[in-house]
Amino acid sequence: MRIGVLALQGAFEEHINMLKELNVDAFEIRQKKDLEQEMDGLILPGGESTTMYKLLNDLHMFDLIKEKIEHGLAVFGTCAGLLLLAKKVNNHSTSYIQTMNIVAKKNAFGRQLGSFRTTGSFDSLMDVPFVFIRAPYIESVGEDVTVLATVEGLIVAAKEKNQLVTAFHPELTKDLTIHKYFIDMIKENLE
Amino acid sequence: MKNERYELNKELAQMLKGGVIMDVTNAEQAKIAEAAGACAVMALERIPADIRAAGGVSRMSDPKLIKEIQAAVTIPVMAKVRIGHFVEAQILEALEIDYIDESEVLSPADNIYHINKNEFKVPFVCGAKNLGEALRRISEGASMIRTKGEPGTGDVIQAVVHMRLIQGEMRAVKALREDELYNKAKELEVPIDLLQYVHEHGKLPVVNFAAGGVATPADAALMMQLGAEGVFVGSGIFKSGNPAHRAQAIVKAVTNFRDAKVLAEVSENLGEAMVGINEEEIKILMRERGI
Repeated sequence: MRIGVLALQGAFEEHINMLKELNVDAFEIRQKKDLEQEMDGLILPGGESTTMYKLLNDLHMFDLIKEKIEHGLAVFGTCAGLLLLAKKVNNHSTSYIQTMNIVAKKNAFGRQLGSFRTTGSFDSLMDVPFVFIRAPYIESVGEDVTVLATVEGLIVAAKEKNQLVTAFHPELTKDLTIHKYFIDMIKENLE
Repeated sequence: MKNERYELNKELAQMLKGGVIMDVTNAEQAKIAEAAGACAVMALERIPADIRAAGGVSRMSDPKLIKEIQAAVTIPVMAKVRIGHFVEAQILEALEIDYIDESEVLSPADNIYHINKNEFKVPFVCGAKNLGEALRRISEGASMIRTKGEPGTGDVIQAVVHMRLIQGEMRAVKALREDELYNKAKELEVPIDLLQYVHEHGKLPVVNFAAGGVATPADAALMMQLGAEGVFVGSGIFKSGNPAHRAQAIVKAVTNFRDAKVLAEVSENLGEAMVGINEEEIKILMRERGI
């Protein structure tokens, strides 16, 4: 199995390290030619969504990434990656790739002083560590979207067909649960 | 709880990696920087080149300016306080700033003591020109380090010197025997646990950016190839002929810092770079402030 990690900006190395721990072949996507490689899954990491969106456009990667996701490539967006995939970002002037039927709110817990960590249940899994850094949350979800995790009633993880998003950062913990979950999703997707 | 806050602050710096943090002096510039792909902005009244030109005492920015910049962008907003001026830091924390830069660019408020950054909830980034300075700032609570370089010059030489020195010293620490670390900690005047971390991992326990004199996409890529995890650009952008264009080019150069073809493309037709001053021509060496 090969998973590409968008490496334009942000915490992509942390995702790659987790994938390596799971014995998955992971590679960085910095340019269009990297994106053209064969892959079974794609991770959009945390970082700054405006920076990544700008670079996706400037480096002529935007249309291809959108097309791949629309054609069923399994994708996992964390934090900024969630914003990139959301159909709408409510408190922000631009929307990005817009392949996932969710409405998100940027910096929804406030500035850095609002960053926090907690544990919660994720789908049927218990006590999964959640790290939120200037994080968004999901305000509402469309029909085919399954809510996977909430924190104080706010939606912080969801899934729609080949797309998985978390407002938190599993790559900043030592817990491999969510990455394993994504790999299982890819396996189902490949069948 | 305190430890947890420190971890979250180090993790915000991890989110900034591979990015460019740009100095801005008003909301309009902040918007230009965000649109160009900055991963954060540094709000200040005067960019370092103008601080040099104006002389006198330079201090924390007006909170009103900082609030205007916070309102203008959704990316993290940083601001500078004078070295040792913990009340300026208290004020910035009250403004819910995302990162405080305890910076040698401003006039130091204390010639001995740095701020005890462990007492704050907001994160701090500090400058360092060698491994000892870096680890001392981390022990005081800094959750991110940057090279000092020589700000406001457009001359990259000192950023290069500091980055090479820090990386070289870390390689040397890594090569030491374990029982030699205690004496090394004494020599560097740093806590042993931080030195043991460097010995084990070959890197700082926090994110390390380049700063001070970066003016072109090539400068930014040079710093990345030397081991920086991201770049601060101060005067280099808004002192140049076409700030928006140059800012975008530097962002792209940092993402593809190893690809000379991309670097050639983005370096083309950028307009005039900041004029710059050779570092031998300057009177004030900001890098000597705060050791």
